[in-house]
This record gives sequence, C-alpha cells and structure tokens, in this order.
Amino acid sequence: MAYTKPIAPALRDLWHVIAASQEVPMGGKRITTLFDTALTVSRNERLRVARNDDGSLLPVIERYGCIWTSFGSPTADLFPIIEYGESDRRNIIAGSIGVNVSAPRAIENFLDMGHFPYVHTDILGAEPHTEVKEYDVEISFERDEILATRCRFFQPKAALTATEGQDVDYIYRVPHPYCSVLYKSCPADESRLDVIAIFCQPMTEETIRAHLMLSMIDADNTDAGIRRFQQTIFGQDRPILENQYPKKLPLDPRAETPIRADKSAIAYRRWLSQKGVNYGVIPQQLS
Amino acid sequence: MGLGVAELRQAAWYPVASSDDLPFRHVYHGQLLGQELAIWRADDGNVNVWENRCLHRGVRLSIGINDGAELKCQYHGWRYANRTAGCTYIPAHPADAPARRITNRTYPVKERFGLVWAALSPEAPEPELAEAGFALRPMPVNALPEMVLTALMRRRLAGGAVTALPPLGAALVLEGTPGRASYFVQPVDSARAVIRGVVDTEPDLETLLAFNAALSALRDEVEVEARAIELPEPIVPRYEPVSVELATMPDLVIGRQATVRVKVKRRWQAALDVTGIELVPLSGHLPTFQPGAHIDLHLSNGMVRQYSITNGPGELLSYTIAVKREADSRGGSAAITDTLREGDVLAVSEPRNNFPLRRDALRTTFIAGGIGLTPLLSMARALQRQGLAFDFHAFARSEGHLPLGPELEALGGGVTRHFGLGPAETAAQIRHALGPHSFSRHAYICGPGPMLELARGLATELGWPDEAVHYEYFKNTHEIDTSSSFVVELARSALSLAVPAGKSILEVMREAGIDAPSSCEQGACGTCLTRVLEGEIDHQDVYLNATEQASGNVMMTCVSRAKSARLVLDI
Repeated sequence: MAYTKPIAPALRDLWHVIAASQEVPMGGKRITTLFDTALTVSRNERLRVARNDDGSLLPVIERYGCIWTSFGSPTADLFPIIEYGESDRRNIIAGSIGVNVSAPRAIENFLDMGHFPYVHTDILGAEPHTEVKEYDVEISFERDEILATRCRFFQPKAALTATEGQDVDYIYRVPHPYCSVLYKSCPADESRLDVIAIFCQPMTEETIRAHLMLSMIDADNTDAGIRRFQQTIFGQDRPILENQYPKKLPLDPRAETPIRADKSAIAYRRWLSQKGVNYGVIPQQLS
Repeated sequence: MGLGVAELRQAAWYPVASSDDLPFRHVYHGQLLGQELAIWRADDGNVNVWENRCLHRGVRLSIGINDGAELKCQYHGWRYANRTAGCTYIPAHPADAPARRITNRTYPVKERFGLVWAALSPEAPEPELAEAGFALRPMPVNALPEMVLTALMRRRLAGGAVTALPPLGAALVLEGTPGRASYFVQPVDSARAVIRGVVDTEPDLETLLAFNAALSALRDEVEVEARAIELPEPIVPRYEPVSVELATMPDLVIGRQATVRVKVKRRWQAALDVTGIELVPLSGHLPTFQPGAHIDLHLSNGMVRQYSITNGPGELLSYTIAVKREADSRGGSAAITDTLREGDVLAVSEPRNNFPLRRDALRTTFIAGGIGLTPLLSMARALQRQGLAFDFHAFARSEGHLPLGPELEALGGGVTRHFGLGPAETAAQIRHALGPHSFSRHAYICGPGPMLELARGLATELGWPDEAVHYEYFKNTHEIDTSSSFVVELARSALSLAVPAGKSILEVMREAGIDAPSSCEQGACGTCLTRVLEGEIDHQDVYLNATEQASGNVMMTCVSRAKSARLVLDI
C-alpha cells in the first residue's frame, strides 16, 4: 500500500540510508524501499538511485560504508563521524538487518542501557547489576543533535582480557532522526573509543532495515568474528523490538511511563516532536 | 448485519482461553475484540488477564516471565504483582521504591468449566455462568464473529431447540455431533473468532472427535463464505494514556489517610508477647506493596501505629503483620493485643515504602532483632523468589520469643537463629555476619534501638559505607528538643511560616492548610521526607543516615528543626 501522507520537510531534505555499499558491487543492482517508495540502486560507471514508479533520479552519496539518498534537496552533508577517517581503524558494516518495527523504536533501544542485563545477559550486563547510574543529556541546537554523556554501565566481562566486572563508559549521539552513534571504552587502547553506529532505513512506518557500522581499534579479531558478535547483540534486541506495541513511537509524554534512566529517550522524543517528524511516530495530540 | 463492534464492546463477558492454555508458570497470549491480552496463572491459582503491554516501553507481557507470584517484563525486568498488576520493582533504580503508582491495565476475570472468561470493561456485571462443564477443543475461525454464530444456528440439527447465550453464543445440537452443547463465540478481532464449546460431562475420545469434526466442517464452510465478502479492517486497539500524575508528577500522598478497610481474619500467638494478625480486604484484594513497606493502623482509641507487611511477593489476599505488646505501651500495642478480635474491621493506610530493598546486591545480609524481623522477612521472601543470595540472622531472647518462626523456617538454609546472647556475644555474631565490606554487598538491619546502634557502629568499623547499610528504627527514642523558633519558607507554595517553640514544622504547615504526607510523626518512618533548599537543619530523626544528614538537603519535618533563623523547603 502506498504511503499517502507527505513526509515532513525535516525528513524530506535529509539523507537517508538505503543500502550498505557492499550490497551493490560494481555492475550490481538492488531494489529496496524508502518511505514506502520502491527504489533501484545500481552501480556501473557511477552509482545511481532511481524511483521505480516514474524512473526519476535521486541524489546519492556514499558515506560510512553505506549508500544514502534523499527525496528533497539536502542542504548539508551527512553528520560527521570523525573517527571513521582514522587510518588505523577497522571500519566494518556488521549487517543490514530487516526488523518489523519503526525506526524511532530501534533508535530508542540503541540508546537504552537498562535492558543490558535482561536482553544481553552475560555480554553487556548481568543481573543483579541492573542500576542505570545518573548521566547527562543535552540537545545541542548548534549541531542539531542529542548528546548523552557520562553514561556508565556495569559489565561482568567488559573485554576478552577482563577477569572481573567493571563499569564501561558510553557516549551516545543522535545526529539524525533515524541514526545513532555510540562511543565505548576501547579495550585495546584506553585513550581511544570504539565507535558503533546504527543507521535505520525506514522502509515503511513500521518496518526498517538496520545497518550496523563499526569503527574499531582491534588488531586481534577477524572481521567475521566482529560481525558475529554484533549480529548476536542485534539478534537479541530484535525479538524485543518486534514485540513492542504500538510499533510506531508514541511522542505523547503520557503514552508510556518513563523513568530517570530514560532521560535520553525523553530528550529524543521531544526532539522528534520539535522537528515535526511524522513518520514512524504517533505525533503528540495537541489539545 | 449482526452486532456492531461498539455493541460487542459493551460490558460483556467472553471466553478468552482454555484453562489448559495456562500450564505452570506460562504466559498465554490472548486477544479479545482487537485488544491483546497477557493471561497467566500465579502459583496461588489466581488467573490474571492484563493488557498485553508493559506500560514502560510497550513490550508484550506475553513474552515476559511468570515467576509464580509476579510477572517480570522481558525488556527491563520491571516486576508486576499477581492480582493488582502494580509495579513492585524497577531494576534500573534499585535504591528507589517505585514511587509512583505504576499499574498495568487489568481486566475482570472468571474461570469456569475449563474456560477463562474476561470482560474489557471494569464495569462488566457478574456473568451468569454454570459451575460445571467440560470445555471442548477450541476452534479458531477466520471470519466475522457474527457469521460464525449464524453458521452455528444454521447447522443445528433440524427441529432442535436453541437457547441463546448472549452476547455471542447458543446452546444447541450441532449436525454430526452426538448431543447438545453450549457454543460461545470469542470475538478475537473484527474478522477472527474462536468457537469454544462446552458439554455437561467429560466425553470419551470418540465423542470428542465427532465434535471436533463437526466444528472443523463448520469452520471450512464459514471461511469460504468469509472469503467471498470484503472483510472489515482489524479493530484498532485502544492504548489508554497513563495518568497525568504518572507522566509528570510524583505521587500525591496526602496526610495520614486511611483509605483501605480491612477485617481481622485471624489472630494468633506468633511468639511470647507477639500477636500475629492477618488482615483481609472486605472484598477483592489489597493494594500492591513492596518488600519493606508498612501500613498505618488506625486504632479505635484514635491512635495510629505503623506495622510492616511480612508477606511474600504477589500475596495480596491478606496482609500479615506482627504486633509486640510493649511493656511500656502508651496504648497502641496494648489496644491491639488486648482488645482486637477476629472479625473486627479496621481502617489502614495504603502501603508506603520508606525502607526499599535493592535487588542488585551480590549478597544481602539481614540482621533482625526480635519483632524487627517483620520487614526483613518480606524482603528475604522477595529475594528467595528471585533466587538472589542472602543470609538472615534472627536474634531473640529465646526460641519462644522469636516471632513468625515457621515463616522464617520456610526461607531455608540462609537463616541463622541466635538466642539469649548478651551484648558482647551479640556484637561478635553481628561482626561475623557482616564481615569486611566487599563489592556489591548490602545489609538491612531492623531491631531495638541499642542493637541497631551496635550493628551500625560495627558496620562502620568493618568498612561498610553508609549507602550499603540500610536500617529501620521502630521508634525514635531520642528526646525531641522543640525549644527553637524559626521561619520556614515554602518555595513552591510561596508561603512563609513562623514555627514557634513546641510545634513541629509539619504541624505548622498543616495549620496553614498545606497537606503534607506523614506516618509515624516521630522521625522514624521516613514518610515526611522533604527537600531543603537553604538553611541549616537541626536533625532529630533516626531515619536519615549520617551522609544524608550531613548533605543538608533533606529533612524529616515531623521532628527536625532549624539551627538557622530560616529554612527554605521544596514544598
């Protein structure tokens, strides 16, 4: 069924991910969906994105191992991830995974630490260490993104070399309504941070493809090992995401029950509301 | 045609599951009129029918964990009590009692002849259901519920009598079946239904097969019919918003209210000098409580006394408390132990929890002196249910003085009893029980004042930080000095009040029409805890620990006062 409601300007003029670069090799072609619209991505002498309904061409860029397009006129480049350009980093697309959920629900889950002991048991957390300690959240108007800092969570075995549990530090950014970037203590180099990003491709309001990008300092593990680890984590999140109702993220503060640990999610919902985002959400009813 | 959805939604009862769908510790995913249901049986036999959505983040509760007394959400481990669906624990904030009344949506439920019945409206009148019967295998049909009922009538044995079973059912003899049965149509959604048949007595296998074959044939026929018409859109489920207070404000607890009426079901000698009392609601069940919570008991002589609830999780058909007859009773405990009779009706407050239990410790140590074991018993029961490690040290003058012995026994191997010890031996045992502090250990202490002081002192000596030592005094035995006079400014109410010598801040606020919560009114229970924005506090309570007192930003308004000329409170 075609989507009839026009998407908000805040979304129309943004770049949106439609595929991992590795999904469209030279000479390759792929049909995918963005905002209920079928698109064909092809790579010959150059990369092209065309609408299937009228054949018109859309703008295209390649960033962070992914292909991005837009239905409007993007005035700016995609948000920066400076670490991606560092020469000693391993940049990996760990997977492009279809999920029956809205993009904002997936982003909110990515920002959430409270579920670590329950969903990622013995990997990112373990009972009884369930506390979400106080952290800071700000909405940066200058950069138009959400920043959560001083996030810490107890992990029973934070790294392959760790023998006892410790708090792991996180920083979260939400620089795009459907993308989030997290920075995490790097076991191999204490002075640097590993980067894990989720780029959600809103195929429909209630279905996405999640593209997972890693930029790591890791000389020991194979690409396949790193991918397997990340896919294990996401595979644990997926059944939770697909059992959330409603699938669209409700922006009304009274729709669900936030607690202090959900500060970043509260800021995210408010930010989406302020931007007028109208896809994948249940907008707040103004009375 | 037939009944409209709006009419179907009227306060009517429908079967929503077979009793067989609820095996031990399972959560069954049901649906009625488009509304998803999480249906589960607690170990006490009670069947719960709840909206299938944790109201924290909307995750289906049907993928949650039924631990026999509570349902635990799969996403963040929030726990909801059997019967009330009240939230009892939020693991992300282990030091806090869920301060706001977080309760999932529940539906009225009945279980009869192997079927679970529910109604979407809380005002649904009591259904008229036979007591006995045997439920046939349910038959799901992809068709409008009204079409299914019509087909049942059409396929009845020629000339047979029909009794309507509103809102969507009929008792009749279906073609190809050996006899009369009652057929109830469960409207799952606008175009989905389940036929749930009931016969009087348990049939043999051949008869069951005959019923099943007849219902299968009926299903095939109706589904062909349904494919020929344009089916209505699925019903859009209602997601009711949480209350304004829940979304925006802390709980409004007002004064010393006694909103719950209970009856004394049983009283017994729980130990020498201790009376056990079981309180039951006049109807239904009691409000959700958390381990460590107490209730105010309003006595016939006008006194108000606090007693800890000793129950385990999910036990809301009664509260069990234990009352020690104090030799120097000012009329509170004596009024209970001497005059309270089985059958008496009492007014009690809703449970309040100022002594919350963290459940993120690797090991929890309980140190109980005499009647002080009551709140700790409830806590230990919660940890036992969750399989978390604890040890429980119960001190008493003699075995005969130890209250609630059988309940303690049920806690199993983690319990050590200490009888008739002198102060030095008690200190040695407490020292041994605590040991040097190590990561993620917490201690909970409750007992007579001197023992509590002793245990707190030992914990400090052994390197336990204040935030790992939790305690509750029965009463404040300090002499309250009310000689000071000062001014309190209420920042949010924009009021300035003079507190004269001889009156508490709480009393002065009440006189000025500010209704503030309170319970023990002697600085022991923690209910009147208030944030202080400015001024130097004269702490006289026994609730706050040294770190909290030194922070200078919280106080108990029932006994504590000002050292400075002025205090600014966040009220």
